[in-house]
Amino acid sequence: MITTEILVIGGGPAGLKAAAAAAELGARVILVEESDWLGGQLVKQTHKFFGSKEQYASHRGIDIAKILSQPLMEHELVTVWSSSSVLGIYEDGVVTVQREEKHIKIKPRKIIVATGASEKVLPFPNNDLPGVYGAGAVQTLMNMHGVLPGKKVLMVGAGNIGIIVSYQLLQAGVEVVAIIDGAPKIGGYLVHASKVRRAGVPILTGHSIKEALGKDCVTGAIIQQLDDNWQPVEGSQQELEVDVICLAVGLTPLTDLLWQAGVEMAFVPELGGYVPLRDGSLETSYPGLYIAGDVAGVEEASAAMVEGKLAGYEAAKSLGYGKERAGELIEQAQKELEALRGGPMGEKIRQGLKRLAR
Amino acid sequence: MRIEEHPIVQFEKGHLVKFTFDGKELEGYEGEPIAAALHAAGIKVLGHSPRLHRPRGFYCAIGNCSSCLMVVNGEPNVRVCVEKLQAGMAVETQVGRGILP
Repeated sequence: MITTEILVIGGGPAGLKAAAAAAELGARVILVEESDWLGGQLVKQTHKFFGSKEQYASHRGIDIAKILSQPLMEHELVTVWSSSSVLGIYEDGVVTVQREEKHIKIKPRKIIVATGASEKVLPFPNNDLPGVYGAGAVQTLMNMHGVLPGKKVLMVGAGNIGIIVSYQLLQAGVEVVAIIDGAPKIGGYLVHASKVRRAGVPILTGHSIKEALGKDCVTGAIIQQLDDNWQPVEGSQQELEVDVICLAVGLTPLTDLLWQAGVEMAFVPELGGYVPLRDGSLETSYPGLYIAGDVAGVEEASAAMVEGKLAGYEAAKSLGYGKERAGELIEQAQKELEALRGGPMGEKIRQGLKRLAR
Repeated sequence: MRIEEHPIVQFEKGHLVKFTFDGKELEGYEGEPIAAALHAAGIKVLGHSPRLHRPRGFYCAIGNCSSCLMVVNGEPNVRVCVEKLQAGMAVETQVGRGILP
């Protein structure tokens, strides 16, 4: 049995920040990450981030991943286990990990779960055909491995991910036939939307996909207009010739470990689905188990980083570290979060979070 | 289809190695996901669903969704979107739930 003071599960923006914050106050940390790289989904974000200096605005995601992970690799209090999967969190506080073909038991004093989110799917006929890919999958293939997803893409979803991935497709030389969204308005930032429109990509709001066409792989799609009640407009169907249908219809928290641990959960659509109840320090109903990032509710990477920092400081503080500084650092992180969620874009998040206090 | 030039990213690739897909020899870069090598070679159908025999490709590409299970070196249910390509690998389309070696 291996012991540690704090176990961080997940090496994305939230987990990396959590590990760094806890170690900053003097706690011993093991960080477990499933992939063989650190940074989570940042490593495929080739665009520059918005926001403020504290969250690395104007840096590209791929660079933020390095900024966050490099200091951890050298930190004497932090042990990074990549290519390792957490299998379960048990009632006696033991966490099991699969690492290098071995089954390892860890007994941490505190746990920070930062497992992120997975992509949602949309129901429509033939949505299981090869050629229907998640937007993140398209980014992985294209921006990490340099392989093109196809020649002509229909993007479903005009939120930030749909629009940004469309732009990245254009950069890689792929034609984006259209971006459609069922909602009457574009969900993403208009700066991004204008950029793809200027490049000649139509954004059709009030449109949905009726079905994918093809036998073995996608060869086309039928889209249709929706009326004010989200019902298809008769005669509005049109066929598009595409070999990729990219779904950017949102993310849902990856909560499997929390369910298994018996954490109290609630269904909050504003935050992407089932999310854990938490108190102001991001501690769940499972004593000593904290959450941070998309697993706590789907938001931007900037919010994930600040939540990670907050959870890291709180967990370390609960072990008696940072007697002088913790209070101030925590207050500062809370202020950063408030600022991020402050504008009209944060309204949905604020509503969702209200329902999760414990 | 591979990206030859990209305005932002520079792709660091491993050695070009040979592997087989259903007995046919293909090439890919060592260390890239098997699914990426197959996709670059134009192969999108990675298997068929157990009951309705619908064609299956990858969906999430990060090892979450289990849509890309294939038989690799005789071992079934390998997530080829995260399994790294090595020289000489025998990659096969999986039929049904796979047979353990």
